[in-house]
Amino acid sequence: MSTMTIDKSGPTRKVKYGSMSRDRAWALRWSYFFLVLFAIFSLTPPLYMLVTSLKSSAEISAATNPWWVYHPTLENYIGLLTSNQFLRFFWNSAWVSIIVVTITMLISVPAAFALARMKFWGSATLATGVFLTYLIPDTLLFIPLFKMFAVFGDWTGIQLINRWYVLLLIYPTLTVPFCTWIMIGYFASIPKELDEAAIIDGASWFQTLTRIFIPVALPGLIAATIFAFTVSWAQFLYPLVFTTSTDQLVLPVGIITTLIKGDVFNWGQIMTGALLGAAPPLIIYAFLMDYYIAGLTAGATKG
Amino acid sequence: MVDVTFQPNRVAGAQATRKRGGLRNALRRKSTVAFVMTLPLILLILILVVYPAFYSLHLATLNKSMAKFVGFGNFEFLFKRDTFWLVVKQSCIFAISAVVFKALIGFIVAHFVHNVPAKKQRKWRGMLLVPWVIPPAMSTLAWLWLFDPSYSAFNYTLSFFGIGPIPWTGDAMWARFSVILVNVWYGAPFFMIMYLAALKSVPEQLYEAAAIDGANWWQRIWYVTLPMMRNIIAITTLFSLIVTFANFDIVRILTAGGPLDHTHIFATWAFRVGIEGSDVPLGASVSLFMVPILAVAAIFILRDISKRGNEA
Repeated sequence: MSTMTIDKSGPTRKVKYGSMSRDRAWALRWSYFFLVLFAIFSLTPPLYMLVTSLKSSAEISAATNPWWVYHPTLENYIGLLTSNQFLRFFWNSAWVSIIVVTITMLISVPAAFALARMKFWGSATLATGVFLTYLIPDTLLFIPLFKMFAVFGDWTGIQLINRWYVLLLIYPTLTVPFCTWIMIGYFASIPKELDEAAIIDGASWFQTLTRIFIPVALPGLIAATIFAFTVSWAQFLYPLVFTTSTDQLVLPVGIITTLIKGDVFNWGQIMTGALLGAAPPLIIYAFLMDYYIAGLTAGATKG
Repeated sequence: MVDVTFQPNRVAGAQATRKRGGLRNALRRKSTVAFVMTLPLILLILILVVYPAFYSLHLATLNKSMAKFVGFGNFEFLFKRDTFWLVVKQSCIFAISAVVFKALIGFIVAHFVHNVPAKKQRKWRGMLLVPWVIPPAMSTLAWLWLFDPSYSAFNYTLSFFGIGPIPWTGDAMWARFSVILVNVWYGAPFFMIMYLAALKSVPEQLYEAAAIDGANWWQRIWYVTLPMMRNIIAITTLFSLIVTFANFDIVRILTAGGPLDHTHIFATWAFRVGIEGSDVPLGASVSLFMVPILAVAAIFILRDISKRGNEA
């Protein structure tokens, strides 16, 4: 306050500085105010999941204040975590995600290395093609893919539809293009001198990749891994189309098809299931937020 | 230390390759190695993306039992149906309004986060990105429960302000609003993160120069921030347009296209017709209508990205 009165007595230019700092203080207050509003908007659904998951069915149907738990209970968690069906969904999801992440890395890291460093005929076109593939949404491909696998089953007798492992073939179409794309970006940012030195020292291309590129681009690799995992874990359309038997379902589809029975919604269990389904990505995000955000922004800025 | 121990091996290896073959041989090997390394990627794209894309063109020309070629019959059938035009209209309303609100909210929130002292930004960013991290299928369930006709927590809260029970998913207009709201909730954090990254790359001197020239906050945004962020805004918006236009999870779980098909968009209607109604060719035809818009957006994205590449 005292500085402001001094400013006011000074020449006009200094008044501007004074008003600028006052503006900043107000801007900061308004920023906090709106950030709190947006944070409430962002966090309401997950918090409401948590609140509901701690309620018993009786409390939910009693229509008391929905935002508060009067008699917290873990019965929904115990019910789900002891149900073989739910554990089956969880394991299916975990296996699918882990194997898809492995497949994705095995395909995209060598490909990104070749595209970023070993210029060959058509490599630029292929890099653009990879990016275009990333822009093709799952909703465009699910019908032809479904028919393709049905026809494939008729021809060869290998039934892939309604088997959880069919997802291992399909998910890479979602994860590989993006992971390749961001790995190209990370690999391209490594100084050329590094791999030239390795080649001069007699390293093979494979050794250059495993001993130089992968360690140096490790942050990118972690970002790509997180992306592949979250995409495989969250995917909903493909498992909904390709799997129907309850023992073949992954978590998101399993919760929606088995916990919603006709018009009877067991909301306590549904919210518990949804929260448990959201937990792995959230935990990864909580611990590796910087890598997560790096992966998110790399896709568009590394171009 | 590691370098010293590795050195002899490397020198020996170098001598060995020099003895084995000349430069030409190495080059020939390089392209072969590169091809082998990209082969799995090429096969994956060709078999599971490019082939199905063309296969759906073929499917779209068959009749329901997929025994007869009907040419454009499916498309003619679609053009005559009111539901189809409803879906076209709704898809456009859904995608455009959701993207506009996501971009606006993302831009505004990014500014607020940017205003906050650097130490606290991490915490806010972390909280605001949560909607993007939760699998959309799971978070939409929470919204469905918040919108529940008889136990809606929103209606409970609004009743204190004397606002009557709102049929969040029961009435056509409200259902459209709800679907867009959930999509904005889910997608705005992505814009926020992208814009925040872009804001941080705008040099502080430009703002100082603008302040000295007497620019107010609006002029600072219009003449400094927006031109500097133009490319990121364009790419993010186009990218989000593709993703939103092709959205499935949110509409499917929240309303399943109802009430009376008034929230169906291309993806959910294609699923309803093609998988649930087991008319695969018609479903393929419906989903093909997403292609023109996706293609236009993709062309612009590619143009922007190659422009960035040239500038760098």
